Amino acid sequence: MSLLDAENVTRFYGEFEPCGDCVDLTGPTHGRNQCPDCGTVVGCADVDLDVERGEVLGIVGESGSGKSSLAEMLALDLAATAGNVEFASYDGNLLDANYEERVDLRNTNVGMVHQHVRDGLNLEFTGGGNVAESLLAAGWRNFDEIRARVRDLFEETEVPVDRMDDPTDTYSGGMQRRVQIAKAIANDPELVILDEPTTGLDVSVQARVLDMFRRIQREQDVATIVVSHDLGVVRLLADRTVVMRHGRVIESGLTDRVMEDPQREYTQTLINSVI
Amino acid sequence: MTILEIDQLRKEFQMHVVGGKRVVGLDGVSFDVADGEFLAIVGESGSGKSSLLKCLYRTYLPSGGAIRFESTDGSVDLASCSERRLLELRDDEIGYASQFLDEIPRVPALDVVARPLVEEGVERPAARDVARDLLTALNLPEELHDAYPATFSGGERQRVNLARAIAPRPRLLLLDEPTSALDPETKAAAIDLLDRYLTEETTVVGVFHNRDVVAQVADRVVVLDDAALQRVVDVETYAEETSSEIDLAESEVGV
Repeated sequence: MSLLDAENVTRFYGEFEPCGDCVDLTGPTHGRNQCPDCGTVVGCADVDLDVERGEVLGIVGESGSGKSSLAEMLALDLAATAGNVEFASYDGNLLDANYEERVDLRNTNVGMVHQHVRDGLNLEFTGGGNVAESLLAAGWRNFDEIRARVRDLFEETEVPVDRMDDPTDTYSGGMQRRVQIAKAIANDPELVILDEPTTGLDVSVQARVLDMFRRIQREQDVATIVVSHDLGVVRLLADRTVVMRHGRVIESGLTDRVMEDPQREYTQTLINSVI
Repeated sequence: MTILEIDQLRKEFQMHVVGGKRVVGLDGVSFDVADGEFLAIVGESGSGKSSLLKCLYRTYLPSGGAIRFESTDGSVDLASCSERRLLELRDDEIGYASQFLDEIPRVPALDVVARPLVEEGVERPAARDVARDLLTALNLPEELHDAYPATFSGGERQRVNLARAIAPRPRLLLLDEPTSALDPETKAAAIDLLDRYLTEETTVVGVFHNRDVVAQVADRVVVLDDAALQRVVDVETYAEETSSEIDLAESEVGV
């Protein structure tokens, strides 16, 4: 069985009661993601995907294609409108997990690296404190053990250990991203979700963060979903890639195949648009 | 024994940007590759050489036909097997070197070459030793071993790329013009290394432009012409044919 098997994952946004035809009236064939009848915005609909243990899946698409909605639902940060997700460490539909279960899963099984640092870290806390928070949430209690584990994680993610007790808002953008990754992998999750992992980072820092993550990913064999509008990021990290547009998956395959032999018109345009 | 059996392989590209125009890249190509042989693919630009190689690696999705590969766990059709099966084969048995190095920036050359070995479970110091030997054999100056390939010349990058592809000694190695940017001396070193480092355990299918390289490394030659297989010949026949062609061409231009 796959580590994660998602079917028909759907998310609506909007203040109106969905009319029932929203999915049929939106998507790439209509060129829109807002239902013309009721005004509901279909963030994503009917998305199927699966991830094996140790595998890296890329999700690419332009802004508004639904990739972040999808990532947030799989990271248990966002409630789904419909869909079924089987996850190895959970009995039943992951999308139906209740609040406590979600907290528990997020602490131990699914690590999320947010696009915006503020969503993932408390910038007033120390960097070490942010990572320790994950350990505490997973039941770690011994102060020395926590310190030692945080130090190891800082070394693993290449954050200077002597900055561990400084407030996170004194860190550079690259260091903050590394601390987020340290926090996400602190409890050896089965799945890590990276949402736009290079956003806001200098080009020189981007490559080193990606290389660091790839090394950890391979060493620990942790399954990863990487969401990015940057095809280069996905090309360097992902084994397989899905392409999204107007809330739907329009193409999927081996990453190099999607990049070099795109089948769908939109994917061809997307690949040809890389500067 | 046959390791690879290519049967009526077809590749068509549909170019949506130009009104859905269809371009035929490979038009029913069939040939076999024997276990342990070095097979060169030659042909003019646009004849389908790289397309063929990319179909074997599944970077291109074949439009028709079959590619039967004798893997260590039995026969598998590379044209139609699952993506996961293909990823496993890429990890364990099939290597590929493209014309251009495609790596995460800011990774030293030595680590780029060592990476496939490390991922196979070789300890990092041992993997780096192998990488150093390979790069040295390819005349890459030692001061470049710890530098980032992004700043290298075309020929230097190509050497890193070739070293990385051969390092794990895959059962099937696909090479796309691995020596095109090398000067004659380095080219000779590369050919020598292929010969020395790779054993009978590795079958090579390589695209080459240079006639002399083909004559030195290949056992047999597949000639492609306009997306179709023109002929498969042994390397001696190929060498004779091409040398008489050169004589003819030279007499025509009055050399």
